[in-house]
Formats: sequence, structure tokens, C-alpha cells
Amino acid sequence: MKSEFKVIADLLPNNSKVLDVGCGDGSLMDLLVKDKNIEARGLELDQRNVQKCIVKGLPVIQGDAETELYQFPPQSFDYVILSQTLQAFYKPDKVLKELLRIGKSVIVSIPNFGYWKVRTSLLFFGKMPITKTIPNTWFNTPNLHMCTIKDLFNYCEDQNIEIKKVIGVNENNISLIKKSNLEMKNLFSKLGIFLIG
Amino acid sequence: MPSLAGLFFWMNRKIEDINKIIVTKPLKLDCGKTIKDFPIAYETYGKLNENKDNAILVFHALTGDQFVAGTNPVTKKEGWWVTAVGPKKAIDTNKYFVICANVIGGCMGSWGPSDINKDTNQPYGLDFPVITIKDIVRAQESLLDHLGIKKLLCATGGSMGGMQLLQFCATFPDKTFSAIPIACSSSHSAQNIALNELARQAIMADPVWDNGKYFLQNTQPKNGLAVARMVGHISYLSEQGMQEKFGRKLQEKADYEFSFNADFQVESYLRHQGNSFVERFDANSILYITRAMDYFDLTKQFKGGLVEAFSNQKTKFLVISFSSDWLYTTKENKDIVIALNSSGADVSYSEIITDKGHDSFLVDEPEFLKTLKGFIDSMHEKFKR
Repeated sequence: MKSEFKVIADLLPNNSKVLDVGCGDGSLMDLLVKDKNIEARGLELDQRNVQKCIVKGLPVIQGDAETELYQFPPQSFDYVILSQTLQAFYKPDKVLKELLRIGKSVIVSIPNFGYWKVRTSLLFFGKMPITKTIPNTWFNTPNLHMCTIKDLFNYCEDQNIEIKKVIGVNENNISLIKKSNLEMKNLFSKLGIFLIG
Repeated sequence: MPSLAGLFFWMNRKIEDINKIIVTKPLKLDCGKTIKDFPIAYETYGKLNENKDNAILVFHALTGDQFVAGTNPVTKKEGWWVTAVGPKKAIDTNKYFVICANVIGGCMGSWGPSDINKDTNQPYGLDFPVITIKDIVRAQESLLDHLGIKKLLCATGGSMGGMQLLQFCATFPDKTFSAIPIACSSSHSAQNIALNELARQAIMADPVWDNGKYFLQNTQPKNGLAVARMVGHISYLSEQGMQEKFGRKLQEKADYEFSFNADFQVESYLRHQGNSFVERFDANSILYITRAMDYFDLTKQFKGGLVEAFSNQKTKFLVISFSSDWLYTTKENKDIVIALNSSGADVSYSEIITDKGHDSFLVDEPEFLKTLKGFIDSMHEKFKR
């Protein structure tokens, strides 16, 4: 997912303060610290991943984003990043509100359930789709609330959340998504990256 | 119980080869009394490098002492943190200069209730002032000057050691580059005060204690002190860990004896821990140090709350808790993390999943040791720059 990280990194100004929610082994944070002199913090559930971040000298807090975002003060980060995990929460809307409380801006990326291969899998084969971005089968997927780029776009509008920029990613092709090209981009993007708040 | 335990104990006090400094700078204690010219005993491991950027200060727990690693020259047993500190260990003494001081109120060479009170020419006993964690920490500060260290690479400690560390960071915000509080709390909980009270009452209920004047008989309240230690040992293990270690196993016998001897292994273990403890620790020291722990409340000290205590922190923190620790719970450790977060401090946090209870930081717990090493090594890289 290098191209996703690159898109996210390009959205961030140098020297800003960033919280990476679900930071994994710290790859993105490491990139941001080294390339953009960003003050990065992470939140990560898995103890082994936490250890990997610590070894890299990256500040990370072990915890569950679903229940533990309350510990971060309001507007304490310039940007909060949530990479491809929104769909795995029990209450993604609640998590999104928390992210918007903590960060002046929020970057959310989602695997797009509106991507044409996903749609055709269900339409022609009658099976739950399995793709590179949605790799699990129906019984073991961590994804509880799959959505499309269009769904999240509409949700932000309904909730009066300012959409600052939306980027569609398909392998190495990245493109700007606007209301005017939403239908097409929703069909051809594997990944949607939203800058909101 | 060995009959010579008391005598052996007092002989220990006379060992002279302990490193000490005499702190001449007057120190006003929280109780109001001012002390000066008091000894701080300490030990160091490894070498301070030329840039003086490799010093790590360790704060010991309730019954610990300055002998962190190697062999304790007084008890002839292993240092209390050999699992973590030593050549090629997580805190590598080939690379780092490790310092640990005995707390005041203790009994391994620093100023304590078994020291001679010059006014009476007898050990202090209960004439020793009631001290606090803050007093303990401030008393150690001169040691860093003595060793020529302006800023530590890291300071760490578990349990009461962690409490000292939090106090150290709050009182001296510029003295350490990084800090690792382990399995501790920013204010002692009701449960922990209750357990400490149990330990104190066990000592005081022993007639030998004699209002702290047992030194007149050249002995100490061994029975009470042993019970106090047993209470501690129960609290250091987890329910699951204890069940796995001992279960209902009997101690070298096929069936119950129908007596009150130690039939069960767990009883035998506690009795052994209690009995061996009285040979190395002073009962009055337990009273004074547990009291200091009970009085510890950073929230109260900084009236704005815990966030105030950590305001203006440049120190980089790593807080570590253990999932099965019911003495200093994950919740209490997380409260420290939240306060540090709220004050804008650079903080990491890891909960190590283990069934080894509060003792986890003292035993060979690989995930913990890896995390400890990873943090210290990465901090050293940053501090060197």
C-alpha cells in the first residue's frame, strides 16, 4: 500500500502534528517523521506492532480506537489519520466523530466497496467479493461496515462535515474526486482517501 | 525460622564497602523537618562515557535496594533486576551506565530508621520522621551532581520505583531525556493502602516490635515482618499465575497432615519468602516506606490535577503495564498515559499480556524485556544527536 501512504504523506504539510490511528508497525509514521519532519503519534491495538513502533523510536499508545480515543484532548492534532479501518469498527460513525474532535483535519481512507470488480463479483457470481483491498472471506472478515466512496461522500454532506479533498486510488493511478465525477470514480477506484473536517 | 536471623541482620548493617555520599545540602522534608548530612548509598554498573549521554537511573521498589544487577554483596544473592540489567541484557551495562540509590527510610546504607540518632545515640526507631516519595526522590538528587551527570539518558523503575520516577519527572522536568514508569500509579489506591496497612499491622502486632524499639534487644519482630512479606508476595502474583504455579499441590507429602503445618506448596512458598526476608530487611523500614507509598498522590500535590504535574514535560515517556497485575492495574497506568497525553507530552504505552502479575517486571518476561530494550536503544540514538 505504498501508493496510499504516498498520497497521505502528500496531503500533510511539513512539521505538522499527526496522530495515526491504527498505526500498525509504524511504517507510515516512520515515513512522515523522516521525510516531512512531522511530529507523529500512533494508536495501535496489537502488542507486537506496538513493540515494533517503540523499537523504531516512534511514540505509540497501545489501545483500541473504538473505545480509547477519549484520552486525546480536543483539537490536539493538526491531522488524524485512519487508514482502511473505518469499516472494521462496531460504530464507525462514533469513531469518525471522535477523530474530528481530536484533529483539526482528518484523513480517512476506505477500501471502496463500489469498485467495479467488487460489484461484478456480487452481480455475476452471487458471491461476497474477495479482492486485494478486501482479502477476507465472509466468515472471517474484520470488516463490519463496508461502504463505498459515494456512501462516505454522502455521509459527510449529510452530517455537514467539510470535505476538503477526496482522492481515488487505483494501483499507481491517483485522481481527484469531485461531486461531478463521483459516479465514475466510485466505479474505478479501489481506495478512497478523504481529507475532511 | 533461623534463630540467628536477627543477629545476621544486624551484622549486615555494619558492612562498610557500600558506596555512599553524605548529602550536606539541607533538605526540608514534607513533614516540615529539615535534615542534612545524611548518607545516600548507591551502586553503579557499566561506565559513564565521555559525552555523558549513557546514564540510566533506576529507582527501586519497596523491598529493593541499590544492588540492581550482578551479585548483591550483602545478601550474596542475585541483584533484584538481573533479568533486565547486566551485560547484553535489555539494559546493557556494556553500553549504559546504570545508577541506583537506596531510598531514605531503607536499610541498605541510606539514611533510615535503623541508623543512629545522634541525639540519643541509639537507632532512630519511631523517632525517624515520616517521609514521602517526594522526600525520597529529592534526597537522591545530589547523587547525580556527585556523579557529574547533568541529564540522564533514561530513568526507570517499577512499582514504587515507578512512583519515584513520576515524582522525579514532575519535580525535575529537565533531568532526564526519557522515562519508563512500569506497573505503577500516580496516586496510591485504597486497595494498596489497605494492603500496606495489613503489612504494618502485622509488624506492630508482633510483641517483639515494642513500638519500634526492638533494636534494644538486638533483634527484630521476625514473625510480624514475615507475615507482612507474605501479604506482599500474594499481591505480586496473579490468581491465574498462582493457580498454575501451586494449584493444590502438597509440599513433599502424599496427603494432608491434619495439622497447621505447611501442607500446601503455596503455604510453604509464602513461609519461605517471609522467613528469608527477615534476614535482609528492617521492620521499621517497611513501616516508613509503605507510609511514603500511601501518601503518594501526584494529583493532590499539583492542585490542578495530574495534567498539571506533567505540564512542560520534554521527557519522552514509555508507560508499561501488565495485564494480570491487580496491584497496579492497567487502568491506573493508563490514567498516567492520559494525563501525559493531555499535557502534550511525548508518551508511548504498552500493556504486556502475561499471567505473571505485578512481578512481571522482575521475572523473565520476553515481550516486556524486548520493549524495554527497544525503547532505551532508540532513545539513546535520539539523545546522542
